[in-house]
Amino acid sequence: MDRAAIIGVGTTKIEKSKIGETFADMAWEAVNNALNNAGMTIDDIDNVVTTSSDFWDGRTISCMAVGDASGAAHKNVSCVEGDGTYGAFYGMTRCLSGSYKTTLVTGHSKGSQSVSSLITNSAFDPIYERALGMDMVTACAMQARSYMHRTKTTPEQMAMVSVKNHGNALKNPLAHLPMKITVKDVLESEMIADPLHKLDCSPVSDGCAAVIIAHESAATKFKQKPVWIKGVSFCADSFFFGDRDISRAKSLTKAAKKAYAMAGIHDPKKEIDVAELYDAFTYQELMWLEEMGLADDSMAGKLLEKGDFNIDGRLPINASGGLLSGHPVIAAGLYSMAAVVRQIRGDVGGFQVKKAKTGLVQGLNGLGGQSHCVFILDKDK
Amino acid sequence: MTQNENIIIESGDAIQPFAYSVGMHGSKFFTELRDNRRFMAIKCPKCKKVYMPPRGVCGDCFVEMKDWVEVGPKGIISTFTILRFAFIDPETGAQKPVPYGYGFIKFDGADTLFQHYINVKDETRIRIGARVEPVFSKDRKGSIRDIEYFKVID
Repeated sequence: MDRAAIIGVGTTKIEKSKIGETFADMAWEAVNNALNNAGMTIDDIDNVVTTSSDFWDGRTISCMAVGDASGAAHKNVSCVEGDGTYGAFYGMTRCLSGSYKTTLVTGHSKGSQSVSSLITNSAFDPIYERALGMDMVTACAMQARSYMHRTKTTPEQMAMVSVKNHGNALKNPLAHLPMKITVKDVLESEMIADPLHKLDCSPVSDGCAAVIIAHESAATKFKQKPVWIKGVSFCADSFFFGDRDISRAKSLTKAAKKAYAMAGIHDPKKEIDVAELYDAFTYQELMWLEEMGLADDSMAGKLLEKGDFNIDGRLPINASGGLLSGHPVIAAGLYSMAAVVRQIRGDVGGFQVKKAKTGLVQGLNGLGGQSHCVFILDKDK
Repeated sequence: MTQNENIIIESGDAIQPFAYSVGMHGSKFFTELRDNRRFMAIKCPKCKKVYMPPRGVCGDCFVEMKDWVEVGPKGIISTFTILRFAFIDPETGAQKPVPYGYGFIKFDGADTLFQHYINVKDETRIRIGARVEPVFSKDRKGSIRDIEYFKVID
């Protein structure tokens, strides 16, 4: 099979409110950062994939608002709704189709412009679920309780995820919420929805990220040493939240297994050097680790206590600070991808991990992780 | 340099009306709920899973479902949360009074979970596995709010 690589990444700073910028302004900044990073001009880009959500953007065909600023004029442009990793997945398949050599993929969102609980409420079934007020926080609080009940994970262990990730963000100039906090601070922060405290939850932030994906025949023609896509998989679970065992993420387990197999990974615990996971809530980092086989069942909390997932640990997780430290919905997975690409290149700056040959990026969409996308990136082809 | 000023353009009271079809499965579910206080679920002919709420297709098997099954009205709490932060009620646009309980109910006889409010009068009795029963609204209109909430009975 032909191969594809990531040859450029660019992001805006993640902020609480970019009140001075439109969606297009954010895209302009991220796209130009990615082009500069790759050593490319817009003429080197064959086609564009934008990622956005009409509900979050408050308009129909939200992708069109960023087309011009993303250099899509006179090009084939297509929109993906969902996490940025899904846009990257589609961008990659376009490069592998034989029709395009290079794809620019963007993802943007501004949480500051809407009432997030109403937006996430709208994701639920309008007949049975919406009218009761179910939203992201409510759904994830129920998932957290279910996960804690099954695995005996403690509130203290969850709090340690928040402490670690906010602490990591102190070394990431792009992060929205770098903070030096303690387990006590997390446990004493306001209880939003039992068992989730305020500091167990990510903020809803503003930001745009862009990555450039190239077919192998074009991957070495520009400035950067390519970071190769070795494995990737995308799986979805049932729509109704109540159909799933919500203490589990069946579709993530499946996606991870497929991605490992494609990348030739037999023991992910040993072979993955660094990972950025979708930590929208503290418990999710632990749950996703177990569901992807990066920690044994019910053991992620204990391994976290041992320091395994610290920047200098056995398997650094969310060294960038993760989404707990800044969560631009939709763009999120592309920020994670940009962080892992730069870890592998060795140019990520203050939160560089020691060994970063093989990295994992996880993106998700839907309440409590209805669908998941897993990328395995590698220094070597 | 003058101070920054935010120019605000508002959409006023504009609304975007939308009429969702509840479909034949929803029609039966809500009619039975309103008229007979019964909970109707639907069973997959292949995997035998009993789905609540009812819908036309078993996603796992990709087959059409036609076998109606009455479930509940009692069940157990599968998982729950107690909301302590005032979110905006999508029905009214007002802030919902806190605290309130929200949970997944597994009706006796059903395989999937049904979400609704859980009465939080006595928080200590709310736990995963607790038995619950529904409290119906007096004035039922054929909507999910025909159930006021579920209450713990053990």
